[in-house]
Amino acid sequence: MAGSIKRSGKFDIERAFRGGTAALALSVLVLGAIIVYELFSSSGPAFDRFGFGFITSRDWDPVSELYGALPFIWGTFYTSILALVIALPLSLGIAVFLTELAPVWLRGPIGFMVELLAAIPSLVYGLWGLFVLAPIMQEHIQPFLAQYDYLPFFKGYPLGLGIMTASVIVAIMILPTISSISREVMYTVPETQREGGLALGMTRWEVVSKVVIPYSRSGILGGVILGFGRALGETMAVTMVIGNTPQITMSLFDPGYTIASVLANEFAEATEKVHLSVLVELGLILFVISILMNSAAKLLLWRMNRYGSGSGS
Amino acid sequence: MNGGGLGYGRRKLTGHVMMAGSLVAACIAVALLFWIIGYVFIKGIHGINLDFFTELPTPVGVEGGGLANAIVGSIIVVGMAALMAVPVGVAAAVYLSEYGRGLFASSVRFVADVLAGVPAIVAGIVAYALVVSRMGRFSAFSGSVALAILMLPIIIRSSEEIFKTVPNTLREASLALGIPRWRTVIKVVLRTASGGLVTGIMLAVARVGGEAAPLLFTAFSNSFWSLRPDQPMATLPVQLFNYAISPYDDWHEKAWAAALVLIFMVLMLNIAAKMYAHRRPGR
Repeated sequence: MAGSIKRSGKFDIERAFRGGTAALALSVLVLGAIIVYELFSSSGPAFDRFGFGFITSRDWDPVSELYGALPFIWGTFYTSILALVIALPLSLGIAVFLTELAPVWLRGPIGFMVELLAAIPSLVYGLWGLFVLAPIMQEHIQPFLAQYDYLPFFKGYPLGLGIMTASVIVAIMILPTISSISREVMYTVPETQREGGLALGMTRWEVVSKVVIPYSRSGILGGVILGFGRALGETMAVTMVIGNTPQITMSLFDPGYTIASVLANEFAEATEKVHLSVLVELGLILFVISILMNSAAKLLLWRMNRYGSGSGS
Repeated sequence: MNGGGLGYGRRKLTGHVMMAGSLVAACIAVALLFWIIGYVFIKGIHGINLDFFTELPTPVGVEGGGLANAIVGSIIVVGMAALMAVPVGVAAAVYLSEYGRGLFASSVRFVADVLAGVPAIVAGIVAYALVVSRMGRFSAFSGSVALAILMLPIIIRSSEEIFKTVPNTLREASLALGIPRWRTVIKVVLRTASGGLVTGIMLAVARVGGEAAPLLFTAFSNSFWSLRPDQPMATLPVQLFNYAISPYDDWHEKAWAAALVLIFMVLMLNIAAKMYAHRRPGR
């Protein structure tokens, strides 16, 4: 009898421990649900009032209660896509350098330094962008590009602060994300594949472009999507350099505005209920887009892991 | 392309150019790192003095002053966030690595992964809706909630990775001695992984410690000393932002000094974590 009581006592602690940790693991799901619930319920009033027209309307003037999300959505995607265009070749270059070219002793330190770029706070990038990069853009790079003003990208007056500077800053910030994931997946390419290519008489570059990159394609795509998701949500650095003007423009010299930066600028001062609700709705849009990007990237990388190493969980 | 010697020459040239390009890409990244850090160091070092760490901010035009309240505020806000996120995160990671199989564990992993990509500013909105709008004012606590939302997924994922590196033979040895599972987890798994856990927590602190976006409309800011969690509190990142976008040179100098402090903290935490991670396999 006594033995069985003792045994059941042990059993209970075991179960309590397991149940307790499971409950705390559950809290992650609860947190996800709370985030979704709060964003939906707080943006309800705005949605009731403006409906889907909010997304396609382009006027923004909180004083006269005009709320259109389109300039912010445009600015968010435009800067992020440009950032991706800049960051992708550089990231792939870094990944190729680290996996194919660099001597082994150099790979660790260089890889670490590239990753440190991701550790620098967004604010520091913003400060550097505001006081260092923007003036360089205004005085040297943009006047040079202005020669090509027959292209829609280089019209207008070189202001320094604007879409171009914001894109370059964001590109630097997502560089480590894309390059470290690309490097990881390139490492998983079996050495025999490279040797096979070399044995066929390929140059090193041909091995990279025809064997390594095609082999790790879906993993690289995962990294790109992850980097893109990060670019969409980038807040402080963009807020400090983009010029904060809600307009839809192709020109890289013009100031723009993103969803994240209008939240940073207006949320604390939003006193009208509608204004606040509209801002939360913008946050919800940003949230949904980032979630979609992240899930897509995760699924790609998971699949990659499963097929790549054959031992995914 | 294939065939004559000329084609080979061109392929070789393309190869050299592209590989040189990859070298240039790596050099650009490293140069940017040194440029940014170096610039912050040169601009910020003037502003670093004893006053910076011990004095309150002064109004525009008044010389001197510091960011003592913002530094203490950052420590309090990040500390409270860690108090919320670390125990929950580590316990959840214990569940995932020691018991987690099946659909529930996979969905927790997936949601944690996805939440890790939620933009920081969205965490701020959620904390605003949860705490600020209910309390009716900005507060340090709401800032901590926002940072905790950001920290939790990072800690779960890094801790689970660390627990997975604990060799199964250690668990089996402990279980073979008749020690129950839960004690094995606490006495063997947690203890073996403690160093790695600390590393992960340090990196999570470094990651959220520099965030301003979620604090702008939660912890807000404060020009005075305030240690009360239910009141607005100054933090280093928010103060940096306010100074940076102000038109005053004196405040810009303070912003650079604050940036230097932030970058120093982040670099130290990252390097310490890296050094620890290097040492671990040898032990």
